[in-house]
Amino acid sequence: MTDAIIQTTGLTKNFKKTRAVDALDLTIGSGELFGLVGPDGAGKTTSLRLLAGLLTLSEGEATVAGYDLRRQSESIKKEIGYMAQQFSLYAELSVLENLQFFAEIYDVPREMIAERTEKLLQFARLTEFKDRRAAHLSGGMQKKLALACTLIHEPKLLLLDEPTTGVDPISRREFWDILTNLHLNGTTIIVSTPYMDEADRCSRVGLIYAGKLVICDTPRQIKKELPGEMVEFLTNEWKAAKTLVEKMPGVLETQTYGEALHLLVDNGEQRLAQISEALTTNGINFRGARVAPVRMEEAFISLIQRLEE
Amino acid sequence: MTPAIRTKNLTKYFGDFTAVNGISFEAKRGEIFGFLGPNGSGKTTTIRMMLGLLTPSVGEVQALGISVSGNQAELQQRTGYMSQRFSLYNDLTVQQNLQFYGAAYGLNNVDLKARILDALSMAGLEGREDAKTKDLSGGWRQRLALSAAILHRPELIFLDEPTAGVDPISRRAFWDLLYQLVADGVTVFVTTHYMDEAEHCHNLAFIQRGNLIAEGPPADIKAKMMKGQVLEISSSDAINTVKILRAAKEQGKVSLQEIELYGSLVHVVAPDVEKEKNTIQKLLKNEEIHVEEMALIEASLEDVFIASMK
Repeated sequence: MTDAIIQTTGLTKNFKKTRAVDALDLTIGSGELFGLVGPDGAGKTTSLRLLAGLLTLSEGEATVAGYDLRRQSESIKKEIGYMAQQFSLYAELSVLENLQFFAEIYDVPREMIAERTEKLLQFARLTEFKDRRAAHLSGGMQKKLALACTLIHEPKLLLLDEPTTGVDPISRREFWDILTNLHLNGTTIIVSTPYMDEADRCSRVGLIYAGKLVICDTPRQIKKELPGEMVEFLTNEWKAAKTLVEKMPGVLETQTYGEALHLLVDNGEQRLAQISEALTTNGINFRGARVAPVRMEEAFISLIQRLEE
Repeated sequence: MTPAIRTKNLTKYFGDFTAVNGISFEAKRGEIFGFLGPNGSGKTTTIRMMLGLLTPSVGEVQALGISVSGNQAELQQRTGYMSQRFSLYNDLTVQQNLQFYGAAYGLNNVDLKARILDALSMAGLEGREDAKTKDLSGGWRQRLALSAAILHRPELIFLDEPTAGVDPISRRAFWDLLYQLVADGVTVFVTTHYMDEAEHCHNLAFIQRGNLIAEGPPADIKAKMMKGQVLEISSSDAINTVKILRAAKEQGKVSLQEIELYGSLVHVVAPDVEKEKNTIQKLLKNEEIHVEEMALIEASLEDVFIASMK
């Protein structure tokens, strides 16, 4: 790994009743596109707010972009761009005026403002909307504008908290193309997301569960760590099928998704044949039986189920 | 039996603007029908016409075999609707919310009592009858909203982005509920932003700028609309793999339609991508990048739609 831009040891945040972040040890290298995933309430937002210097840490140590989070949290702010879940744009200002406003807040030198705003408008594909008031942009465009505002002081580290929640798939894809371009140009990005297909687009992913980092690796490796192979059956009688197969030898785990029954088994080809036979014997109709590639969502649900046991 | 929903040349103008442009489709009884489209594509306008909240400029909608216009009172008894922001009263308890909905649908007390018990068991909320709705997690609230929307046992339910902002585990539980309803013969009409959910619908319609651009089971739509194959490359340096392949494409050394960084992997698209494997291998080897694996992968529904938009 290249030089670490973030390094935390035992990073902990207690609120009155709860420990929101519990002894987080995290090292993120310069230039990574790092995904933070986990169920609602797992501690993703608190972690990002700690790293952005917006919350004081209860315990532990952390350095971000070369600064000590305990003593120098003010200096960190000019090195990073933080986009909160509810990022506040000024609804009454135009796209261009919003960018100019954030340029002033971040002390961008006056002579550079015009050039930067123009570049960012192009980058976010908002040039033709530059005079439109923010209130009149679609949800996807508002997110892109928020990202552009976050980039106005050219931070080397971006912290994005669920930037695409509630955005339609096409805008979401466009937003990720923009992130990927930033990543290709060397910006370090940490992004939290509830969308598992987005986790697949990160160079490394950390899963937070109950305030703890429970796995941290490349998407490919996380999928490989499943203790078996995934087989898939499509059936209208998925409840009966599930009851039947979950007790069969070699079936480690069952997950249903609509009419798809996904089974984690010790040996894909062998169990596929046995299970197909058992379903037929019991008069359960099915189609599309196959060994299926593991999806990120399945890998995570499997991990979480194992943690909950 | 008549289809659950049938739209014929459904059109809506707002002044000069055509929000919905002559769309015709059918949803069969007892299936999950997914209705997809980007924001601003005419999706919400279409749903509002289906619910009888907007009058079509041209064309018509039939639900459960009868025309929506003029038959609202009957259809309200036979259909259900759950909106994006689950219209529950946060200060009421679980039990009170269900009683409120039951009364609104005119259920008598005897029926209501039994149905509330069913609803609680379906949503897995037994024992939480007295919890304030605002204290439930997003996933529980969503299942409660669905239970409330089907208290009057509708034959057809409309769900408008029911899973927005809910975590993956709760989304799964919600879809299992939908499949239970379908097993009982109910028709589910659902809009979603999650393409992985769309893959689990029986049939889909995709709308863009007011036009219906694709319709059918997810697998057929994929087969029909995907023009290229996707090859996934795992290499020792993904970022430089993208840069090298893009440069080679510029110089005409390799014929690929798309070269995208995908996390720690690279996805390339071409009509017959197998043929390009050797060239890719050589190009990368020259730059001392080691290829760990190259494999054809299934295009997702999202890939297909994005491709069809270009």
